[in-house]
Amino acid sequence: MVGTLDQIFVLLKHWIVGLLPPVLQPVVGVLLSVVAIIATFPALFALTTVIERKGLGRIQNRIGPNRTGPLGILQPVADGIKSLTKEDIVPLNADAAVHFLAPLVLVVAVFLEFAVLPMGRNMVLVDMDAGLLFFFAIGASTELSIFMAGWSSRNKYSLLGAMRAVAQMISYEVPLLISSVAVVMITGSLSLVKIVDAQNQYTWGLPHWYIFTPWGCAAFVMYAVAATAETNRSPFDLPEGESELVAGYFTEYSGFKFALFFLGEYLGMFAISGLGTALFLGGWSAPFSFLQFVPSWIWFFGKVMLSICVMIWVRGTLPRMRQDQLMNFAWKFVIPFTLLNLVNVVVWRFMGEGWARWIVCSAIVVVAYVAMARIGMRSKKIAPRSYRYAE
Amino acid sequence: MTPLGGYLLVAALLFAIGLAGALTRRNAILVLIGIELMLNAANLNLIAFWRYSPHPELLTGMMFAVFSIAVAAAEAAVGLGLVISIYRHTRTTDLDEMNRMKG
Amino acid sequence: MSAVFWILAALTVLGGLAAVTLKNTVHCALAVTVAFAGLALLYLQLDAQFAGFAQILVYIGAVAILVVFAILLTRGSETPKQGIFSRSWFTGMTIAAGVFAVLGWAVIQSSQVLPDETVAPSVTVNQIGNALLGRYVLPLEIVALLLTAALVGAVIVAMHEKGESK
Repeated sequence: MVGTLDQIFVLLKHWIVGLLPPVLQPVVGVLLSVVAIIATFPALFALTTVIERKGLGRIQNRIGPNRTGPLGILQPVADGIKSLTKEDIVPLNADAAVHFLAPLVLVVAVFLEFAVLPMGRNMVLVDMDAGLLFFFAIGASTELSIFMAGWSSRNKYSLLGAMRAVAQMISYEVPLLISSVAVVMITGSLSLVKIVDAQNQYTWGLPHWYIFTPWGCAAFVMYAVAATAETNRSPFDLPEGESELVAGYFTEYSGFKFALFFLGEYLGMFAISGLGTALFLGGWSAPFSFLQFVPSWIWFFGKVMLSICVMIWVRGTLPRMRQDQLMNFAWKFVIPFTLLNLVNVVVWRFMGEGWARWIVCSAIVVVAYVAMARIGMRSKKIAPRSYRYAE
Repeated sequence: MTPLGGYLLVAALLFAIGLAGALTRRNAILVLIGIELMLNAANLNLIAFWRYSPHPELLTGMMFAVFSIAVAAAEAAVGLGLVISIYRHTRTTDLDEMNRMKG
Repeated sequence: MSAVFWILAALTVLGGLAAVTLKNTVHCALAVTVAFAGLALLYLQLDAQFAGFAQILVYIGAVAILVVFAILLTRGSETPKQGIFSRSWFTGMTIAAGVFAVLGWAVIQSSQVLPDETVAPSVTVNQIGNALLGRYVLPLEIVALLLTAALVGAVIVAMHEKGESK
């Protein structure tokens, strides 16, 4: 019974596919999985917009939207109707073809990223041998769509926002990749299914998730920072800084194209959180061995929604970073730290089982953090804080 | 025509297009784009020959292509750095005007 | 030769053609990105998964963006005064046509001796890793040195010199 609930989507798909002649079976099988992904994630996107606006509202000591439906739950419906019925304005001087294609490229690339995420036991669309490499390759293509959007609008502010966004995304792609390489080194495979399977073991009831190891914790923190920067979320949202660049690279977009950009951005958040849970938080495995009766896909989506809530929390709490502070942080702290983490992983692997490696690896992480963050990043150009009182 | 012949013809066509671009355009960056197309055509040749070789498990063709991709990226970076540096000096990227060593 | 091959080949060749004939430089850069994507899909069709994903990651994710940044930094998107083709365009076209004629003739002439379909090789990333650190460790280290040298060199070449007026 428990196993059935866990595999309910897989069994449903097999049943539907079994009703058809063998000629059509592979195509319809894949098509069903694709339709499931295209249906689920935009629905989650709608839920997330409500959670974000209500959550940010509560953090900022106000109630969020509360007029459409009970507790504002129907707000995404209202937003959808608004964006579909708004006039689609394209500037006269804008490059029409590129202007039209930019949101399409973003949304297509982001939907492709979902193909390799294991959303439950046996629930991955394509089990690729180099799944992680595929994810990062497609993630690198989203930067091009942002540039296309900024350039085609023929607007100085859009172009500036686009250049800043691309520079930021390129800088933070390196720590994203290197912190994932730490996980790959221990698992010995680039396939996300194998990475999740390797974390699905339990010792004394506690899981073998990589976040519970010293190098995994450091790598997860670096991954979280890089993921927040990759998706242009606060505190790294200077490219779409609302008070500085109007809306950054999507200033000249209105109506449905803006909705597509919004969708693409949030789906990018889901994809990168999904990857983070697969790599560090154990994917679809349960936190304790006695909780394994809960279906695996509930754990996966629960962890993804938890990551999204943490991202919303960070957005409401931290101020925006300036462009040069952001780049400084990436190249001078995050990248050396992730590289040192790789050495840490090697030490962990070759010290063998036991309690000694926990102490050595934790010591490496702590010493590196203190040395690089507390001492290395102290900027000498900032004068001590001075106060001027009104006379 | 065998499948391998098809891939080789596509690679040859792409190479010729890249060569035409590198030899006929004025803008220095478009010359670099042509060079990238030529390198990509050569990569396609390598991978096609690897796929239809008698011993594909040796991975020679694929490794060659992967190294070629890495080296081409490095060369694009240096080439574009050069173009930017020249632009800063002569305020133009037109190759027809850069036909002197003087200045 | 399957329909997928024809579609991908057409996509790649059209992307390449657009890249060398369009007037607007940024459009050329985007067209060459389409050509890179078509090539990556061709590699995937040839069962070279690693090469295909590396092509997307490196070419579309890095080289295309580099080219676009260079175009923006050198004001290449303004249309030039004398037209887009250089003075010696006819020579260039003839040479390119000649090269294609020679290569095409060589391929068609040798189509009898070209090998036919073989069994698709199943290459795992594990094998590639072992090969990279086993048989190909020397090229790997040399490419690492080369990339470092290229990185430092590109930064030095493109850096603002001290005292130079901007």
